[in-house]
Amino acid sequence: MHQFEIKELIPLEIFGINASFTNSALFMTIGVALVSLFTILSMSGRAVVPGRMQSMAELSYEFVASMIRDTVGKGGQQYFPFIFSLFMFVLVLNMLGMIPYSFTVTSHIAITLALALVVFIGVTIIGFVKHGVGFLKFFVPSGIPMALVPLLVVIEVISYLTRPLSLSVRLFANMMAGHTMLKVFASFVIGLGVLGGWAPLAFMVAFTGLEVLVAFLQAYVFAILTCIYLNDALHMH
Amino acid sequence: MPQLDFALWPPQLIWLLICFTALYVIMVRVALPRISTVIEQRRDRIAGDLDQARELRDKSEKARADYEEALQEARARAHSIAQETRDKLNALTERQRAMGEATLTSKLADAEARIAESKNQAMAKLDDIAAETATALIGKLIGSGVSEAKVNKAVKALHQSGGDADG
Repeated sequence: MHQFEIKELIPLEIFGINASFTNSALFMTIGVALVSLFTILSMSGRAVVPGRMQSMAELSYEFVASMIRDTVGKGGQQYFPFIFSLFMFVLVLNMLGMIPYSFTVTSHIAITLALALVVFIGVTIIGFVKHGVGFLKFFVPSGIPMALVPLLVVIEVISYLTRPLSLSVRLFANMMAGHTMLKVFASFVIGLGVLGGWAPLAFMVAFTGLEVLVAFLQAYVFAILTCIYLNDALHMH
Repeated sequence: MPQLDFALWPPQLIWLLICFTALYVIMVRVALPRISTVIEQRRDRIAGDLDQARELRDKSEKARADYEEALQEARARAHSIAQETRDKLNALTERQRAMGEATLTSKLADAEARIAESKNQAMAKLDDIAAETATALIGKLIGSGVSEAKVNKAVKALHQSGGDADG
């Protein structure tokens, strides 16, 4: 589990709390810098007919915009900057993790849980601000017999409360499992040597391709689930 | 598993807060407005170009209609001019024909009058010839002269009784 280790690069302490600049912080900084440079520099031409980089930036913009349009619909555009930032942040961190010897920030539950809690708490606040106490009706499914209501309310509340957990664990587990798997097969390559190491090496090549797909897919899933939760809060289904 | 080492959570969370906030602010302040401006500009430009194209099409459509109309008009005028010319020519020929006819008629009348005169003259001479011949014949037949006045009278009477050939 060497690749998941957090190393303190610049030890820091604020009010007695460990705030060291770690390798995790370094890769988050690189990620933020990459996303910012990508979205700002590619648009520096502001061409009406876009070049390659500009089309990519516009494509990612339209991608998130249409995701919000399709899942949230009316009133969703207001939250576009947050969801765009979230999607690009998770995507760039997942992708950076695919580079050998790099560090995968999203393979840490602390990061994914924090992001998921921000989404969960934010969405819950939006729900209560938008509908007041009426937001509680969200936990009472319509059109069911009265006798079943208490049971279903309990189930609904539990399913609602587990949202941040499932959201964070999905991303963290996918990232960690993929990287661990690659590590295990890499050790097979070494263990089997020049004669037998080709089979796990071929598998690793294919699996790396799959991991790139997973890295994109998990960022997409994280963003679209955020959109779905936002839609629940705004329109109550 | 380093993920569950809670002592390492605070530095991660603090830097997550710093980095994500920075990213969000950069996106909201700088990056996203740029992208949306460009996309909107393009949309406006395309809409403007489409409008212009529509306008030009309308214009060309109108020009075509004008041309068709002018063509129609010219065709109508050409037709009327042709008709007029034809009418004029018809009138001219008619007049000339009428004039020719009148000349011919008058010539015919003259000729007829001349013929009638010649005939009358011939007729008048015929009586004299008849009387002369009759006198000569009678002189030869009877041997003695007969008065010319008597023969003339007889010829006249014969002539007036019907003009039969047996006289």
